Amino acid sequence: MSAPTVATGAPVRISFDDVSVEFPTARGPMRVLDGVSFDIRDGEFVSIIGPSGCGKTTMMNLVGGFVEPTQGKVLLDGKPIAGPGPDRGVMFQEYGVFPWLTVKGNIEFGLKLRANRASAAEREEITTRYMKLMGLADFANHHPKHLSGGMRQRLAIARAYAVRPQFLLMDEPFGALDAQTRSAMQDLLLEVLQTEGKTVMLITHSVEEAIYLSSRIVVVTARPARIRTVIDIPFGYPRAENVHEDPRFAELRAQIHELVMQEYAAQSRQTVRIGD
Amino acid sequence: MDLFRSTLMRGALILAPWLLILGLWYALRASGFVDPALVPAPHQVFDRAIELSGGRLWQDVYMSTQRVFIGVALGVTAAVPVGFLLGWYKGMRSFIDPVINFFRALPPIALIPLVIVYFGIGEVAKTVILFYAAFFAGVIVMYEGIAQISPIFIKVSRTLGASDLEIFGKVIVPLTIPHILTAVRVALGVAWATLVASELIAAQQGLGALIQDASAFFQLDIIYVGIICIGLIALLMDLALRAATHRLVAWQDRIA
Repeated sequence: MSAPTVATGAPVRISFDDVSVEFPTARGPMRVLDGVSFDIRDGEFVSIIGPSGCGKTTMMNLVGGFVEPTQGKVLLDGKPIAGPGPDRGVMFQEYGVFPWLTVKGNIEFGLKLRANRASAAEREEITTRYMKLMGLADFANHHPKHLSGGMRQRLAIARAYAVRPQFLLMDEPFGALDAQTRSAMQDLLLEVLQTEGKTVMLITHSVEEAIYLSSRIVVVTARPARIRTVIDIPFGYPRAENVHEDPRFAELRAQIHELVMQEYAAQSRQTVRIGD
Repeated sequence: MDLFRSTLMRGALILAPWLLILGLWYALRASGFVDPALVPAPHQVFDRAIELSGGRLWQDVYMSTQRVFIGVALGVTAAVPVGFLLGWYKGMRSFIDPVINFFRALPPIALIPLVIVYFGIGEVAKTVILFYAAFFAGVIVMYEGIAQISPIFIKVSRTLGASDLEIFGKVIVPLTIPHILTAVRVALGVAWATLVASELIAAQQGLGALIQDASAFFQLDIIYVGIICIGLIALLMDLALRAATHRLVAWQDRIA
């Protein structure tokens, strides 16, 4: 078994410490997260996988700084998270590219903010680099309404990258894309991570995607989400494209698929169903 | 050559419905269903328009247009911040909404007698009525538009490091502009209709007054000139505003 690239001795960057989250509803508080504890170490790529509507997005919102835990602590480099910030780049399900700005304007947006103000020359350099990297250079002055879904996705990634976040938080970022585009985007993501080295938390419900991209997979239960199990992925980086053909890939896929299906079954037995 | 022909085609298509209306107008006179004395022919109306343009017509057009501009400018200026606050702070809406809907439901024309009592029949009175009309038309458009702004853009801006002030200036303002333009368009339409009504009742100048004066002397051709001018000006204003909208918010998926 080849060693995972992330040394277990790397410092812990994100830490969930017995975290529970409850949201108020008309019928009283609804628990979406229940006693979740796990760590993400520097340079790790951790995927969270579980049935849809189980509370995965809430986990991302906790790290993103949009939700506060009802109990427990979410720590970033040992400190409680105090709201959103440019150190954590977030990719939302709905890409949220700014329709009133051009491709270039979208990527530059963060660099013009006081929090990460860059000189004009530096801005130009960063913007140009990410437009090239994401294959958007020919569309610099186009508005998002002229872009395809895959291009909007790449634009959202470029915009998040431009402010040089140390963390990348992604909530089903490729969910709305067709199979080919999705696969191309996964490879592009791995390629960019290879050169830029970031700590990544990915929310997904695709088992294959999780195995293909991650160094570790956290399987969570149906709502309220608890940690079902954590699985180390034995493949290193840069990840071979034919890793899909590795017999261990198939084993992992079967194993994780089984776990997720059990949780789906548990979810369908629950009577109350409220979207996350 | 092809471009020339397609331009010609477009011109013909734009003209066609107007020529049809003219044709129907002549046909109605010729049909014998109505007394020709009660329906002046298009060419008679045209002649009268030429004649009037040497007299009071321009002054009437100028007065009416000016009143509409002032009323809409003031009304929308007030409607933008109020509509913004109502759209943004959803808690406020449940209290203010019924009040706005109450006043919006009142036709401004119904208020004219009261306005005359309080403000007389001068320019102030007309400005008050038009302000009222433009404000309530604009405020609804504004706050419904603002309420529809997706929170995702705010969330994204925060994760990129934007402060509240930066979010306002760089995200909310650009997202508000299309709604302001729509508010102006709706307010213009309502204000124009209200203006003519108020001029019909009490004014010495303006297209409404022109029509009112003509009706006192049964000058049907002048009434037609007045009506056509009103329609024409409203059409031109709408076209100008649409052109401005296309330039200012070309980024929108759909442009009204």
